[in-house]
Amino acid sequence: MTLAAEPGLVVAVLASLLVLLGATVTLVGALGLLRLSSFYERVHASTMGTTLGMASVLLASMLLFSALGTRPVLRELVIIVFMTVSTPIGFVLLVRAARHRDAAVGREPEVVTTGTPGGTDRDGPDAPLE
Amino acid sequence: MSAPLLLELSLLLAQGMLTLAMGLAVVRMLRGPRAQDRVLALDVLYVSGMLVLLTIGMRTGSTHFFDAALIVGMLGFVTTAALGRFLLRGEVIE
Repeated sequence: MTLAAEPGLVVAVLASLLVLLGATVTLVGALGLLRLSSFYERVHASTMGTTLGMASVLLASMLLFSALGTRPVLRELVIIVFMTVSTPIGFVLLVRAARHRDAAVGREPEVVTTGTPGGTDRDGPDAPLE
Repeated sequence: MSAPLLLELSLLLAQGMLTLAMGLAVVRMLRGPRAQDRVLALDVLYVSGMLVLLTIGMRTGSTHFFDAALIVGMLGFVTTAALGRFLLRGEVIE
């Protein structure tokens, strides 16, 4: 541990809990990304890591550096606010593109059944372009 | 258990889990099956990588990793938006 000062026990426990929560949520989201069977379900799973996981780790970082420094560190709020605003914008663009592509190849864009984790992918590969 | 040791162990465990999340995203990116799945996997990959950078910064006590994480987050959003637009239109700037 090469930290300049030693964090207190309360800060260490809180930061550890937050970091572990964030990592667990991100891992569960990535697991959902791998195991769910349609694209629209996978979008749903992957937002876990980009919202709660991201915010937890950044809050832990904020807490730790505030405890080690002499004044509160608020830089992490920049990433939290930016990611909270930008992630929905990017995913809306992506899902709109996916619906457009589904309609172009005549697939039904709506999610009709519940997820079947571990099953084969319901979506086939891309059709070759004309 | 002392505070630095607890923190070190938690950060190490978190780094392992986040790296595993990156690996799962890479598997999904290679498997596809369609282009939008690969873009989505890229999004999860860069967010997990950004969180790994932040945990490295917390372990070393250095503030430089924060700046790297900020850049990764901003460029990642531009990537997702541009690729989504490309999939929708076939071109990024018209």
